[in-house]
Amino acid sequence: MDPTPCAPLVLAAFTATSGIGVGNAATLASLRTQRGGLRPCDFDGADVPTWVGAVDAAGAQPLPPEWHRYDCRNNRLAELALGQDGLLERVRAAAGRHGRQRIGVFLGTSTSGILETERAYRRREPADGALPPDFDYRGTHNAFSTVDYLRGRCGLAGPAATVCAACASSAKVFAVARRMIAADVIDAALVGGVDSLCLTTLYGFHSLQLLAPGPCRPFDAARDGLSIGEAAAFALLERAPSSLDPDAVLLLGTGESSDAHHMSTPHPEGLGARIAIERALGDARLDAQAIDYLNLHGTGTPSNDRAESRAVLATCGASVPCSSTKGATGHTLGAAGALEAVLSSLCLGAGLLPAGLGTAQVDAALGVNYLTGNRPAPLRRVLSNSFGFGGANCCLVLGTAG
Amino acid sequence: MSLGAYVEGVGVLGPGLPDWREAARIFRDPGAYRPTASEVPAPSILPVAERRRTGRVVRLALAVALDAIRGAGIDPAQLPSVFASSGGDGANCHEICTALAEPPRELSPTRFTNSVHNLVAGYWSIAVGAMRPSQTLCAYDASFAAGLLEALVGVAIEREPVLLVGYDAPYPQPLHATRPIAAEFGVALVLAPRPTARSIARIDASIAAGEAQILDDAPLEALRRGAPAARSLPLLAALALGMPRVTTVEYLDSDGLRVQVSPCD
Repeated sequence: MDPTPCAPLVLAAFTATSGIGVGNAATLASLRTQRGGLRPCDFDGADVPTWVGAVDAAGAQPLPPEWHRYDCRNNRLAELALGQDGLLERVRAAAGRHGRQRIGVFLGTSTSGILETERAYRRREPADGALPPDFDYRGTHNAFSTVDYLRGRCGLAGPAATVCAACASSAKVFAVARRMIAADVIDAALVGGVDSLCLTTLYGFHSLQLLAPGPCRPFDAARDGLSIGEAAAFALLERAPSSLDPDAVLLLGTGESSDAHHMSTPHPEGLGARIAIERALGDARLDAQAIDYLNLHGTGTPSNDRAESRAVLATCGASVPCSSTKGATGHTLGAAGALEAVLSSLCLGAGLLPAGLGTAQVDAALGVNYLTGNRPAPLRRVLSNSFGFGGANCCLVLGTAG
Repeated sequence: MSLGAYVEGVGVLGPGLPDWREAARIFRDPGAYRPTASEVPAPSILPVAERRRTGRVVRLALAVALDAIRGAGIDPAQLPSVFASSGGDGANCHEICTALAEPPRELSPTRFTNSVHNLVAGYWSIAVGAMRPSQTLCAYDASFAAGLLEALVGVAIEREPVLLVGYDAPYPQPLHATRPIAAEFGVALVLAPRPTARSIARIDASIAAGEAQILDDAPLEALRRGAPAARSLPLLAALALGMPRVTTVEYLDSDGLRVQVSPCD
């Protein structure tokens, strides 16, 4: 039996909040002016020589009082993003159209609200080591926290889960939602990713010697690691109606694979990445020549960029214009897939091939057509790569309706 | 909406339930269950370097996955997979938070690598050479049902067998007090779109308002409530009985995943 084809879905609404902007207008303005969001790390007393892409407004964002138990940096960041570009209203309107039980919520994260637990461990009771009584594990730390919060906040009652595939998490949510809509379990889905700064990732990537001491330089000959960022990005996915605005953005294909190679190092030839790209193109029924722009995973570590370039050359060739927006936003980990899907959608609408910031001397050995400056161009089809620890790979094909 | 699949293999490991064969015997014999400690085997299928880095929860999950694969007789490298867990490796999480609580705040690379929620998916893919798509889901206490739903959707859309693995293990203190998971528990199902000579039962699932089925056996019911992955116990018991039956697995809010179990001859 052949797989059931998944019909294209429309991104009926989308929004991004990261170190380069709160909401789409500010984000697009930063992309247009090539303004990056990285600065030396001063987060939560971390003594790690690196730069970060922080969302300063997230720290003070209040949650509505009735949702107090979910209060933590990760959910504040989610709440901040939910309030941009009319997303909350659009999701609630969709609930009215389809019924609240017919809308799924699938979000990706890598560390959820673990920052709250890190802080609680600094405040353990001297007598018995207990965590402070105001610590709420379920509301903050557990990986389901943000899905649970937004599902309630948006008044939804459909299927829901957090998708955890490290740095591929919030690309995979598009594939999960698409299958669930194709199986007629739901009619629409709120998908996205939320990940916020914490000591676990700062000290963790430091231990792996994967952090750049300055701002990251993806695909640069002298690249020396990644910069961690934080972000929240969401999209409302619905079946594409027969008549659509030509500028509407569609999810045309998804492709997933596993490296089966190593927990924290990509397959040296980018084999898993290659399979994911091929599956995404096949799912979208497109030749690689149809891709106008490739948003790279492009973390800036020597091994990632080398492996990814091999996969790109093997599938799309050397000419497709590509860049890593992580040079601007930092690597937003579990939020990166959704953030970069939304950045790609903004570029589709703006006719913009976005520069990869921070990269001065493109590594010629990688052999790809890496953009170091913005270029205007009519865009119709975009590919976005996301790869994560555990060997998780996911690629998305997005395109305009017209 | 109803999603159907054939159960080709089952794996289980928890207190007093050392594998599916023994568990099925216990489920068919009311009162036979004793919650004794079960041994979690070392994952001999992993290369030595990876094996050394695995904690108990990874070993638990790999053991139940292998138990299910044995019954299904399918090459695991060919199977897409779905993993479902509320908390990943909680012991590792405790070590990280302890190390970060005060200077020098040093983590080992292995500690950090094992902090990802999809660590079992990573180790499994390496162990069996599976390059197929894999999902890792969390839905707090509804994690098993969320995984079952995702696996059934995968079978329905991709029209090929899928491996589902649910696993949870207790946090050490002080996190245990805030998230009291009572026992290690792992469950695995191989689900297929078509029946084979090995099919145990056909299952048809739908989301429906309704309470989860409570087990008559008090120690088994305590286990069901004690670990999110053990919310699968009513389904496992129904599969073991070999009679047509409808059961409900805990899902979100007041919803359950209502599962009709129809044994195959």
